[in-house]
Amino acid sequence: MSAVQTSSPTPDDMRRRGPLAEVFFSLLRSRTFLVGFAIVLFWVACALFGEHFAPYDPLADDIINALAPPSSEHWFGTDQIGRDVFSRVIVGSRDILTVAPLATLLATVAGTALGLITGYFRGLVDDVVSRILEAFMAIPVVIVALLAIVALGTSKTTVIVVIGLSFAPIIARTVRSAVLAERELDYVAAAQLRHESALHTMFVEILPNVVPPILVETTVRLGYAIFAVATLSFMGFGIQPPSPDWGLSISNNYGMIGGGFWWTVLFDALAIASLVIGVNLAADGVHGALND
Amino acid sequence: MTNSAKAENALELTDLSVAYRVAGRNRAVLRNLSLTIGQGEAYGLVGESGCGKSTVALTVVRYLPRNGSITGGAISLDDQDVMKLDAEALRRARAESVSMVYQDPGKALNPSIRVGRQLTEIFELGGVSGQAATERAIAMLNRVRISDPTSVMQRYPHQLSGGMQQRVAIAMALANDPSMLILDEPTTGLDATVEAEVLDLIAQLRQELSASILFISHNLAVVSNMCDRVGVLYAGMLVEEGPTDVVFNDPRHPYTVALLRCLPRGGQRKDQGRLDTIPGFLPGIGVDIKGCAFADRCALADDRCRSELPPLYDLGGRLSRCFHHDKAQALPRATPSDVAPAPKAAAAPVLRVAGLNKTYASHGHALRAVKDVSLDLRPGETLGLVGESGSGKTTFARLLLGLVPPDAGGTIELEGKALAPRLENRSDDQIKAMQIVFQNPDSALNRSHSIRHLIGRALKRLAGLSGKALEARLNDLVRSVRLTDRHLAVKPRQLSGGLKQRVAIARAFAGDPRIVVCDEPTSALDVSVQAAILNLLADLQSKEDVSYIFISHDLAVVRYLSDKIAVLYLGRIMELGPSEDVFSGPHHPYTEALLSAVPKLDQTETARIRLDGEIPSATSPPSGCVFHTRCPRKIGPICEQQEPPLSEAQPGHSIRCHIPYTELARLQRAVATEPA
Repeated sequence: MSAVQTSSPTPDDMRRRGPLAEVFFSLLRSRTFLVGFAIVLFWVACALFGEHFAPYDPLADDIINALAPPSSEHWFGTDQIGRDVFSRVIVGSRDILTVAPLATLLATVAGTALGLITGYFRGLVDDVVSRILEAFMAIPVVIVALLAIVALGTSKTTVIVVIGLSFAPIIARTVRSAVLAERELDYVAAAQLRHESALHTMFVEILPNVVPPILVETTVRLGYAIFAVATLSFMGFGIQPPSPDWGLSISNNYGMIGGGFWWTVLFDALAIASLVIGVNLAADGVHGALND
Repeated sequence: MTNSAKAENALELTDLSVAYRVAGRNRAVLRNLSLTIGQGEAYGLVGESGCGKSTVALTVVRYLPRNGSITGGAISLDDQDVMKLDAEALRRARAESVSMVYQDPGKALNPSIRVGRQLTEIFELGGVSGQAATERAIAMLNRVRISDPTSVMQRYPHQLSGGMQQRVAIAMALANDPSMLILDEPTTGLDATVEAEVLDLIAQLRQELSASILFISHNLAVVSNMCDRVGVLYAGMLVEEGPTDVVFNDPRHPYTVALLRCLPRGGQRKDQGRLDTIPGFLPGIGVDIKGCAFADRCALADDRCRSELPPLYDLGGRLSRCFHHDKAQALPRATPSDVAPAPKAAAAPVLRVAGLNKTYASHGHALRAVKDVSLDLRPGETLGLVGESGSGKTTFARLLLGLVPPDAGGTIELEGKALAPRLENRSDDQIKAMQIVFQNPDSALNRSHSIRHLIGRALKRLAGLSGKALEARLNDLVRSVRLTDRHLAVKPRQLSGGLKQRVAIARAFAGDPRIVVCDEPTSALDVSVQAAILNLLADLQSKEDVSYIFISHDLAVVRYLSDKIAVLYLGRIMELGPSEDVFSGPHHPYTEALLSAVPKLDQTETARIRLDGEIPSATSPPSGCVFHTRCPRKIGPICEQQEPPLSEAQPGHSIRCHIPYTELARLQRAVATEPA
């Protein structure tokens, strides 16, 4: 064929399932999503019920057995004050799995609101708010965290607020571009021809149509948030002792690696990695399901 | 192609069946389709959307989407069995003997490669290179009547107009002198004037080339002008076939009969009776069809039609798949033609527009989208706005609605009261008095909301209703646009195009408007659905005494619905007057050209007037009369120097032209043009 075009005729009169059901079935067919989701589900189960099947109390020290290598007694060995590493890894997901999702939720809510406002009003409002958000994005999370901790003291709430607010501009940017496209559609003009308020148009008319990109951005951000929480905890700005948190444990024990006590760090690091990978796989699956 | 002895038929499809696999099930799209196209013949394939027209085109070159498969039958191109070709032979056949031209040339051309490169590439694939390929590319562009091929070669596709792009696409398709040319809705996205040019070009090329043509279109008039024979496709089956003029003048299948009746023809107007419609819907893709596929929608159908598949009766050089082919034309009307009452005697105008202007800033230039438009509209009257794309029709509508503020100076008066330029400053009463039905219901209806919410919200905001009263009015309104309760719970995507447009109409009528702007409301719809929507608009108008501002590029549709016509060109009114006067003439030379460009079903070939070139840019409109650059009746330097006033030639009928009215009448009597 000489002329080139690849668009195929999609019979448009096929009755299809509702959009949500379609996404759901598409997710069930996505191997990427199912694997990622299984990993995340595993860690969520550990966070909720970990203490019931952990062999030891994750906080109980046992100085005599300190720094014992992995054995049938202690599968992942023990740390410098004799706490069972296996039990600590199992229960260690609890804090990160509350802080990271809450931070992501905060980022999504704030980012969506900002994105709707900038995308809907455009013009001066957009210019001013967008420049401020860009300036905010230029500051590293760690520096914001440091300042916030100096000002507010360390707590989970501080971590949630810091990560939430530093991710909000990124989500706002995604939402804004989706809203700008929706704004051009005639249903927005139709709403104006009913004298609908800006608030109604933004949240009732436009918002439901930009949920898919928000959903994708949120799942992607969750992966980054987990990583950020672990990083802050490692640096001492995040989750505080005596929590068996993974980042915190690595921070406490990484000095031991030089002495050959690798098991005090490796399993926590693997746990963080697996959770981040799980979330990213799930995010990939969601992205695929919403964009095919 | 190298075959020395030409095959008898360029294309033979025998019992071809094609299915698309959707949700794990094979759904039949083409059902035992057999057709032949002789050497040098132009064969037209018509039918409504979803009947499998494009699938035929793709199947011929085995270019189906991944989920499509040929489930039976044979395809023979010049005696070559296409089904048996291996990948390499198939590639060669596609490169050398079959070419396709698609609906949207903007998508068929690569936007980031210069036109010249895209053309020479084809010759290089054929083994010609360098200077020789360039020369052949230039020759090809000359052949499709592009006057300045060397400069066009240097340009990117987006720098060309739609008509030029389609010419380039045709040039590419013809580059290897194919034996079979497949045209899939080649003029559907183009303006009538440009469409006429492209069709003329194709007709001329037919004389010069030996290629056989498969011409696919939903537009019966276009096919009737272009093709020797026509096949009517319904639910993937050929229901009627024969010489074009015979099929269209003496159809022998109820579907063809009904399809032809849906078109407003011969200057039919709303007060002369309703258009006929086709009840029901096309069978869904892949449903099992027992008996005749059209039986559910056919008033002639009996038990035999519903249980037994009619064969293709050979009626002497023509075919019809109908048991009742002898009395197909006795098909009773689906919609009674009883006439809506004539509009009442003139009252005070409901809308009065004076000196309306809109200037956009475009890259530092002033773009005058609407210039000095004045007109008025009476209750129950329809004003048709016609003109090519870019003539300012939609901008004018948006100015009226307040979606875009006009330049200072002009006035819009609604029932004697001046309207604020901006929507926000208009009162709720003024807002609900003027509503719009948009062109594309997919954009106009919020896809997240149910139909009940969409209409209910409009009733709440525009009619101020709530609770029981809202519920009662909602039911009335839904019934008046002929939707049923079961449509209320669903989302727009679950409805067909015609049903969606009904929802949009219901929404516009929620607040008992005085004026409804209809911006190409039927351009995305099939003719049978279009007829139903036009009937609905006419019925609502006679019932509610509402006025319409009706924008359309389809002149037959505008003529059917309008009492008054305004012809726009580059944002200026070129002609304004009662519908009958504007259509029957004498008219402005531009109107004359527009009318002449419309393809007509009844092939009374009249002297045709073609406009050269494209509509000029609104940032730098021509001096004097803005139409002088394309005007076939230009009289001299006065046209280039002085803008003619819009002067009243006859009471109520104004024309913006230097040629005196009587002179126009004399000139145009010579070439009496009667629109479709």
